[in-house]
Amino acid sequence: MSKEYETVIGLEVHVELATKTKIFCGCTTAFGGAPNTHTCPVCTGLPGSLPVLNKQVVEYAIAVGLATNCDITRYGKFDRKNYFYPDNPQNYQISQLYLPICTNGHVDIETEDGVKKSIGIHEIHMEEDAGKLVHDEWGDSSIVDFNRSGVPLIEIVSEPDMRSAAEVIAYLDKLRLTIQYLGASDCKLNEGSMRADVNISVREKGSDKFGTRTEMKNLNSFKAIEHAIKGETERQIDIIEAGGSVVQETRRWDDIKESSHAMRSKEDAKDYRYFPEPDLVPVVVSDEWIETIRSRQPEMRDEKIARYVSDYELPEYDAKILTSSRRMAGIFEAANELCKKPKKVSNWLMTETMRLMKETGTEADDLKFSPENLAKLIDMVDASEINGKVAKEVFEKIFAEDVDPAAYVKEHDLGAVNDDGALREVIKEVMEANPKAIEDYRGGKEKALGAIVGQTMKRMQGKANPGMINDILKELLG
Amino acid sequence: MSITELTALELGAKIKAGELSAVEAATEALAQIKKKEKDINAFVTVDEEGALKRAAEVQKRIDAGELKDSPIAGVPVGIKDNMCTEGLKTTCSSKILYNYIPTYTSTAVDKLEKAGAVMVGKTNMDEFAMGSTTETSHFGATKNPWNLNNVPGGSSGGSAAAVSAAEVPFALGSDTGGSIRQPCSYCGVTGIKPTYGTVSRYGLIAYGSSLDQIGPIAKNVSDCAAVLDIIAGKDQKDSTSMERELDFSAALVDDVKGLKIGIPKDYFGEGLNSEVSQKIMDAAKVLESKGAILEEFDLGLVKYAIPAYYVIACAEASSNLERFDGVKYGYRTEQYDGLHDMYKRTRSEGFGAEVKRRIMLGSFVLSSGYYDAYYLKALRVKALIKESFDKAFSKYDLILGPAAPTTAPEIGKSLSDPIQMYLGDIYTVSLNLAGLPGVSTPCGLDSKGLPVGLQLTADCFKEKNIIRAAYAYECTGEFQPSPVACV
Repeated sequence: MSKEYETVIGLEVHVELATKTKIFCGCTTAFGGAPNTHTCPVCTGLPGSLPVLNKQVVEYAIAVGLATNCDITRYGKFDRKNYFYPDNPQNYQISQLYLPICTNGHVDIETEDGVKKSIGIHEIHMEEDAGKLVHDEWGDSSIVDFNRSGVPLIEIVSEPDMRSAAEVIAYLDKLRLTIQYLGASDCKLNEGSMRADVNISVREKGSDKFGTRTEMKNLNSFKAIEHAIKGETERQIDIIEAGGSVVQETRRWDDIKESSHAMRSKEDAKDYRYFPEPDLVPVVVSDEWIETIRSRQPEMRDEKIARYVSDYELPEYDAKILTSSRRMAGIFEAANELCKKPKKVSNWLMTETMRLMKETGTEADDLKFSPENLAKLIDMVDASEINGKVAKEVFEKIFAEDVDPAAYVKEHDLGAVNDDGALREVIKEVMEANPKAIEDYRGGKEKALGAIVGQTMKRMQGKANPGMINDILKELLG
Repeated sequence: MSITELTALELGAKIKAGELSAVEAATEALAQIKKKEKDINAFVTVDEEGALKRAAEVQKRIDAGELKDSPIAGVPVGIKDNMCTEGLKTTCSSKILYNYIPTYTSTAVDKLEKAGAVMVGKTNMDEFAMGSTTETSHFGATKNPWNLNNVPGGSSGGSAAAVSAAEVPFALGSDTGGSIRQPCSYCGVTGIKPTYGTVSRYGLIAYGSSLDQIGPIAKNVSDCAAVLDIIAGKDQKDSTSMERELDFSAALVDDVKGLKIGIPKDYFGEGLNSEVSQKIMDAAKVLESKGAILEEFDLGLVKYAIPAYYVIACAEASSNLERFDGVKYGYRTEQYDGLHDMYKRTRSEGFGAEVKRRIMLGSFVLSSGYYDAYYLKALRVKALIKESFDKAFSKYDLILGPAAPTTAPEIGKSLSDPIQMYLGDIYTVSLNLAGLPGVSTPCGLDSKGLPVGLQLTADCFKEKNIIRAAYAYECTGEFQPSPVACV
């Protein structure tokens, strides 16, 4: 490669909103119903049915817009996007083209390497999801499930401000956390509640003109996004180096083959014949409404990080990890509220919780245990009711089944033995049985006592307070 | 006087008084339908069994002391076949919906049924309400009861003819560009297109969503007002429906003293049949003699209404009719090779020529590169037309003119020249573009013995002005219903 190239990337991110009901009817958005049971005349597009806008959708969209520094459109409209496909019962999708709810925003990102940057947001618009087509492999037919038809989406369209996969991932992570913190969506790439289409072009470094872009679809993980960007960048550079020109087209990423193929080119780009949706009235947003939504905005991640560092004196690194999901931050804050030991709570989350998450492949958002039980456990250790080793064992149970630590310790008789007399007896017996170790100790081998402590602990079924064993032992050895 | 000659309110009063039962009323209507249908073809579906069952249920409710406040309890009604009726075929007079049975009932029909009206069947119409003659129906043309060689008008031609032929005392129609008022004019009956947003469109199979309104068709304006009282009102299922003042029957007062009536000079130019013109001016004089103040004025922009209307209505229709694709319900072609071939064949075979013409026109004006030049321009014309009406209504309580430039044409004369047919909508479409209410009420017969319709228009939400004037006119007894229509 003789020249130096730069990759220019813009994203279209679809986010499924966490409303209880669909965008234009009262049907539930819940997952997992039998096909076509979460449906009505509106979301199956029956003749004569009419859409009625779910206000919560607008509120979530505005909340995301405010959190991403957008201008909120005061007089917005919905438009129809016309195309024929059986997953879309009306053969048009109700979306927003001309007057989207949010425009002209930005988010600040920081890549893993510490590069800081602002990424522009061109617009955020509201729209409805389509149904699901299931192709019958054996028969000669396809069947449609309209349960997802009419589930509310927002599409966040970035400016072409990203230059690397790392920036794209930092941007997506920023969006994901922001939207999760708002409670507007769970934003799971692998489950499709967050979907990203990546627009990629390359140009010679230093050029101020954009190259021809392609749009990459079907990216279901950060890994796929990273690989697709790398692969597409190379593909485009190869074309240019060979004297060819990149064709503007939509490409589909194949996760298994780790490569993409063309879906459709600009020549067969559909004319969607957009026009204002006449069945809906304009979306008029007042100052008061915006202020109400603004006043309900929760503390966002950057604010939390700053607060954890200043109020709890946690290292910034720890604060970042604790806030890397809304669920984790929620557990931290709630547990700390109960036991008032921020460093200890942080420690349990940063070490044991992270270890178990890794071992069990659990995502932070799926953590099941309650902060109450963690706080209780921390208090029990502090009160020497259990020793540290038992505590770790109990925490595994809390992590997996959210057990009440006090009840669990009692039931399994794991309470620390803090009875001086009983412990003293056991130690004496162990000492008598190990004259060699005592001799070695007296001969200057400090480590020799470890065997005594270990055996004592074993005799005590691990429930002894190790500090007490040491104290008594040293006293007896005088 | 036979039962079928009664108005809806007269019949309702007799049923309420126990002089006859809802079942007897339905039986009489069904008998009249049986007698008339072979000539008129006003109905796509006559639901004899269902009607008698519903009538018996309504009678039970009446006997149980319910429905005391409803003036139409037990009165038979015909419903235009573009309003969904649960369990009863709803075809829009199209092959593509020839077998479609809805799973829910439209709000307007639901309200009528709650008030005890007894639906006897679904009335014929131009396919998907596209047409001015009811000749584009897949189920054959409807004939004008005044002369079987003539069209009843359209698109609510079945509803207007059914009332005119005394098959039902009243019916529901829908009006996108004149589809209630023009057939009422041709058939010598009265119909109201309410202000846009007055009657819920939920369950009305859309033609032009921003223009469509459901309204009553009946023998006189009192019936229309009573029916409108029942079907109007904000509906949570229709975002474009509005909270507004109702109680239309309160305007049934025989008094037009001081009412200021504007007569647009531009309505009386080229293209208006001289006999129609004369009848309209005669009607104006009648109102003047009762104390109304007449004044001629220039409305302006009249000739722009038709192109703007056809661009907007067809654009919306091209999208509204996309759902009829053979995938989920209705007609599907028998032989096809893959999805897109199935779409093409189904729609080519399922839609009639006029519907296809409008889908193509609408798709064209929304296409990339043409949107601004046609669709956006039409929206600007629409706004200007509204402005010119606003100006007029700052001076007048209502505007008076013809509903159609001619009386009913002969069958087969209109469809060969669609442009000419579209031009016939000149007096009606501007009201839909501006969202205004209008009534068409009979004001005499031409020399061929065909009815002429007087159109009265008021500002948005001022239905009371037109109801009051139409009622005062009706009270003079100028128009005598034809013996043909009332037998």
